[in-house]
Formats: sequence, C-alpha cells, structure tokens
Amino acid sequence: MSVDVAIRKALRDDDRHFDLDVAFASDARRIVLFGPSGAGKSLTLRAVAGLLLPDDGHVRVDGQTLYDAATGVALPPRERGVAYVFQDYALFPHLTVAQNIGFSLARGWLNPSRRARDPRVARLLELFELGGVADSYASRISGGQRQRVALARALVSEPRLVLLDEPFAALDPALRGRMRTELLALQQRLDLQLLVITHDPADVDALQGHTIELRDGRVVV
Amino acid sequence: MDSLWVPLLLTLKVALWATALNLVLGVAVAFGLSRWRSHAREVADAILTLPLVLPPTVLGYYLLVLLGRRGVFGEWLDRLGIELVFTWQGAVVASTLVAFPLVHKAARAAFEAVDPQLESAGRVLGLREAAVFFRISLPLAARGITAGALLAFARAMGEFGATLMIAGNLPGRTQTLSVAIYAAVQAGDDRGAAIMVAVTSVTCVVALLLAGWLAPAHLRRSRP
Repeated sequence: MSVDVAIRKALRDDDRHFDLDVAFASDARRIVLFGPSGAGKSLTLRAVAGLLLPDDGHVRVDGQTLYDAATGVALPPRERGVAYVFQDYALFPHLTVAQNIGFSLARGWLNPSRRARDPRVARLLELFELGGVADSYASRISGGQRQRVALARALVSEPRLVLLDEPFAALDPALRGRMRTELLALQQRLDLQLLVITHDPADVDALQGHTIELRDGRVVV
Repeated sequence: MDSLWVPLLLTLKVALWATALNLVLGVAVAFGLSRWRSHAREVADAILTLPLVLPPTVLGYYLLVLLGRRGVFGEWLDRLGIELVFTWQGAVVASTLVAFPLVHKAARAAFEAVDPQLESAGRVLGLREAAVFFRISLPLAARGITAGALLAFARAMGEFGATLMIAGNLPGRTQTLSVAIYAAVQAGDDRGAAIMVAVTSVTCVVALLLAGWLAPAHLRRSRP
C-alpha cells in the first residue's frame, strides 16, 4: 500500500476532548478524506506531514516509515518528502511569487534571490501560467493564482505525496469548478499522488478518487 | 562649537551601541519568550519590563551595585579588564538597560503576530528551526522590530538618570547631550543649553520619522 496511515491521538483542552483514531491504507493516486468539519481530517493531515505527533500508530508512504510509535521512528517534517498545501495557502507575504515557488530549493538561512531564477521555478511558472505575476507579492494576486502558487511551491521539490487541506474552500464558487478540473488534469499529467481532505461532496465527485469518510475522529466503515 | 559636537558625537555613539546591543538581546529574548509555554513567562515579561517604569536613578543604582568596583560582578569585570564606572561603555550599559523594554515589547508583539501556519509551511518545505527563524519569522517581524529599535535609539539619546549614576558627568568622556544640557543650565549657559536641546529634539524626531520610512514597502501596504 503506497499510503498506510494508522494514528491515535488524544487531544485534551480545558473544555474540549477529542479522540483521533484513524486508520486507512490505499494504493490510489487520489485519496480523498471526506467528512464534516471537526471530524479530524486536518489533524490526520498534520500527522502525516509531521506537524502533529500522534500518541500511537504508524505512517508509511511508498514503503518508507515516516512515523512508527512501536520503533520510535518520527521523521521531522523536512525529511518526509511530503508536500502540504494549506487551506489558506500560507504563501509567504514577504516574498514574490517566484521566491515562494523556489522556497524549498534554497538551502541555508537565506531566502531565494529575487533576481536569479532556478530553471525548475521557471518551468513551474510556465506550467501554472504565472509568468506575468512572477515578481508580484503574494498579497497582490488573485485567489486562483494564489492556489496555483501554493501548488507550484509544493511540487518544486518533487514530493512523493502532496497533502491538500480543503484546496478549494478559499476560492469563490465561480472559480471552484475550474480549479477542480485544473487539479485533476495536473494530477494526471504529472502522475502525482494526492491526499486531499474536504467537507464538500462536489470535491469528492470531481476528484473521483478513493474516498474515505471520517466522522468524530474515526473512519466510517 | 566643541561644546556641542563632543557631547553630540558621544551621545550618538552611545545610542547606536545601545540600539545594536538591544537588537540582538531584545530580539533573542522576545523570540524565546514568544515560544515559551509556561506561566513563568508573564513573570519574566514583567521583570523585563521593569526598566520602563523604574526611575532611571534606581536602575543606575542597581548597575552600580552589580557592576561597580566593589559590586557583585566588579572583581570579575576587573579581571576581564572591563571598566564600566565613569566610562562611555558604562553609559552604553545604562542606555541599553533603559531602552531594552522598547525593543523587547515591540519584537515580542511582532513575533506573536507571525502566522504559525507560515512557520509550519517552512518546516514542511524542508527548513530547520534556525532557517525558519531567519527566513520566515524574522523578516515578517522586521517591521515591528525596526520600529522598536528606533524608539529605543531615541530613548537612548535622551537617557539621563542611569547614565549620570554610572558614567558620571566627565566632559569629553562621559558627558552626553542630556547630561551636558543639565550642566549648561546649572552653569547659567542658557544659549548652549538651548542649542543642545534643539539638536536632541531634531535627532529624536528624525529617528521617529525614519521608523515609518524604513519599513519594507510591500509589508507597509499589505497590512490591514
């Protein structure tokens, strides 16, 4: 199974208890975690990315163990080879579109230069039709463009798995349909492995993937 | 004119050193505190804000007790060859202490305003924690930190009480503008005092205007 997730996490707040106990495995290239808000979808995604440490269980992608409570393996996010597209895209407001896309190519303590452009960045700018806004700051571009920048930034380091958190929720409804088609076409063209979470049945229909339903922190069988 | 230039240059030297020290100290402490999840955090914050409310003479007294020849760290500093009482370096320490809360408060507010999601995005994109700080947190907080640093510079320019306590009033060596103004008024040199007052006021106004002007343009516009 190329994506094999089984995690347990107890979240205790002053006034809130939530028990996450999610297990699924799939070979599909498009996996969709579907459920209402508060079902634990985002927590699951964060655990796969390494941003949330589960209490127990394992996360394996393409046969590599990213997390395993039994053997004490817990790779930090930077070593997981997994990309994450956040719901509101989390573009860096102090960087241009091109710098955002090239972000993970620059190592060390300095951000990518505004002038020098890596060929991989140039290719993605072309692929996502972002050439015209390459030097604009993220706050100056439209919602659809923002999503494309977030996707391009995620893809530049050729991750083995792309996590998408409600990828269409931040878009206005008129744009949503187009971006769904765009994402599906992109996935097929580049043969990406996607793990998408959504509360919107229309996303489920459009993505035609392996759908797993979550409710109250568990997989609905 | 020496009676103006000598204290003015000394004051600028002291204020610049104090601002530079505070940029490093204030930013490091503010970043640490903004990430520290503990109830002791607010206590630490209160102690670090004390220089803002304590009379500068009290701060100067503490400095003498701690750093003076017969002070707690006096012998230790002596062995390192560091002399702080009646030196301009002592004036730097006094100004740094008095202006510290201005940088620290501004930097802490700026760090806490950085969206944690952006830092998470950086981690997933392959950054270590130090790189997350230098490539995301620090640039996003830069505007607030710069504003705090310019306030601190203006405050250090005008520092009087603590400076007088530890560095004294030695013309040409430790006599900063604000101390020189006091000395001039005491000596009945009203014209000299008026010139120095004008110079101090203009320098402080320029520093405050720079605070807005130095902010990176794209951050200035995108803030709601």
